[in-house]
Amino acid sequence: MQLIELKDIYKTYYIGELAVPVLKGVSLDIAGGELVALMGASGSGKSTLMNILGCLDHSTSGEYWLDGREVSRLSADERAFVRNQKVGFVFQNFNLLPRTSALENVMLPLAYTAEHLPDREARQRATEMLDRVGLGDRFHHEPSQLSGGEQQRVAIARALVNRPSIVFADEPTGNLDSHTSEEVLRMFQQLNEEQGITVILVTHDANIAHYARRIIHISDGIIDNGAMSGHHQSEAAKAGGVK
Amino acid sequence: MKAYRTTQTALRALRRNPMRATLTTLGIIIGVAAVIAMMEIGSGSSAAIQKTIASMGANNLMIHPGTAASGGVSFGAGSVMTLTPDDSEAVARECPAVRSATSVVRVRTQVVYGNKNWVPLFIYGVDPAYLDVRDWTNMAEGEAFTDRDVRNANKVCLLGQTIVRELFEGRSPIGKEVRIKNVAFKVTGVLSAKGANMMGMDQDDIVLAPWTAIKYRVAGTSASTVNQSSAASSSSGVNTLNKLYPSSGASLYPVPSETQAADTPQPVRFTNVDEILAAAKSTAEIPLAIKQITELLRQRHRIHPGEPEDFSIRDMTEMTKALSSTTGLMTNLLLCVALISLVVGGVGIMNIMLVSVTERTHEIGLRMAVGAQARDILRQFLVEAVVLCLIGGALGILVGHGGSYLVKFFLHWPIKTSPGAIIAAVLVSAGVGIIFGYYPAWKASRLDPIEALRYE
Repeated sequence: MQLIELKDIYKTYYIGELAVPVLKGVSLDIAGGELVALMGASGSGKSTLMNILGCLDHSTSGEYWLDGREVSRLSADERAFVRNQKVGFVFQNFNLLPRTSALENVMLPLAYTAEHLPDREARQRATEMLDRVGLGDRFHHEPSQLSGGEQQRVAIARALVNRPSIVFADEPTGNLDSHTSEEVLRMFQQLNEEQGITVILVTHDANIAHYARRIIHISDGIIDNGAMSGHHQSEAAKAGGVK
Repeated sequence: MKAYRTTQTALRALRRNPMRATLTTLGIIIGVAAVIAMMEIGSGSSAAIQKTIASMGANNLMIHPGTAASGGVSFGAGSVMTLTPDDSEAVARECPAVRSATSVVRVRTQVVYGNKNWVPLFIYGVDPAYLDVRDWTNMAEGEAFTDRDVRNANKVCLLGQTIVRELFEGRSPIGKEVRIKNVAFKVTGVLSAKGANMMGMDQDDIVLAPWTAIKYRVAGTSASTVNQSSAASSSSGVNTLNKLYPSSGASLYPVPSETQAADTPQPVRFTNVDEILAAAKSTAEIPLAIKQITELLRQRHRIHPGEPEDFSIRDMTEMTKALSSTTGLMTNLLLCVALISLVVGGVGIMNIMLVSVTERTHEIGLRMAVGAQARDILRQFLVEAVVLCLIGGALGILVGHGGSYLVKFFLHWPIKTSPGAIIAAVLVSAGVGIIFGYYPAWKASRLDPIEALRYE
């Protein structure tokens, strides 16, 4: 069974009376443990698709099966619960809370976890995550005292702290220089290989997309199979592939 | 567990931005401080004003003897002698709504000191309680006479400011002797200035002396009281104290033995007073005091139900009305000021919370992205608002209390601490936090996570 299954997803925004279709029948499968790049020019609908995949938004029509559960018709609060349990986000502009230590930033998702988790254990788990992203000595630094790469690593630790099955990275290197970008991307690869976490990189940059083992190219609201290179296509075909 | 965690989150969020928290709190601090200070200063002033009006005699009750009538001709109020000093003592002792009561005996005659003389408006023979009844216990100089002076009919007196000015030309009269109808009274004290009463009569033009001294030494045979029947007053028979040379009166008859006295009982000497002046405990208790005095005197005078009373009680309706309307006015004024301050404080909180929601749109979006539900966000902002309001309320109480103390210290204004106002301020500040914090919190919880994350 696939981790993510999209069936004929449509998303239409309404600006007054005017209907703006953004996704026009997207269907795709992603298996657990894949490292996928979702690529497309700006305006192609990749952000909208990521929002739907990340349960931040719901589609106008179509089915979305996440981990064996149909989630496209959930209420806002139920989607919040799914985001908390199954999904981690890494954003382009890091989105760390200002004037808050790295440790507390990482602990943020735990505050909304329904399961009973004492403060000490939450702290311990956050410490582990920061250790894993190589910030073992920066627990009490605030975002303003960290470099861009370090901030993004704090964000990755935050995305991982609730042990999600999927991590979405929305242009994770957009605000970083090329050297740090590579570090961050290597970290995603490492997470994917060592822990089997499904990583979905959203980007418009082909160089970044090449870090992924499979590239899904979207343009004008439709998945474009032909955009995939032969090398990746063969691997993708083995992993279950694109419809 | 989740509520506890949300509270913790809210507290952390507050700690993260002390400047914003301080500014938000400032609104409620000022609001609550204004309420507390206004309540304390206001109720102090109100109490002072009420006391001032009360000292004009608003709570006083005048009990006069009834009216004598003969052949259809009425002699007017106070023309029979029915009130006794014992009545006065009983009223003070047995009527719970009466603060104190005094007998009053009036004369009108000349007062002489050295080569000056003066006819005071009032020469009153009274109990020491008179000063309490009239709220006149502050002496300008010296001290008041006592119950002992009343029992002994001592020739001592208190002078009003006008008398001091007219007879002593402003020099201290303490220890000097003034003569009232040729009886020398030693001045023990000078009353503080009271000014004119509501009728425009100079209340400082007064001489106060023990009623026994006035009645037996001054009034006596002189018939100078206004009583129609005072010529026939029984007091003339006992007016031996009036004599200039008391030792000259040798007894013409042998003193009757105890057996003789028991065999021929003399009628108990009846002493009357011209008026009894009583003070009710408060303006509100005046009707109750009138009822109690009426019942007591009817019983003491053995008046059967249905028979008319042989006395009449009058209160200061005009002044009482002024007093209660002033009190009502002050209370309403204070309430208005308090409400306005709280609304201002509350709107301040709402403004800053709304700004805070806008400013923290990103944070809200992020919290929602990592799994915060709408009610988590709502609760967080509500708890933040309530915590700020409670802290602000506590500080406001301190600031307001300190402020009113400064006013007391530097301006010597009366203040009155009211625990009620403090409790109300705490409750109201929490209420303000919930009411004015709810809208921004609700607004925050309605944000769309995608929009919020994209917001710059």
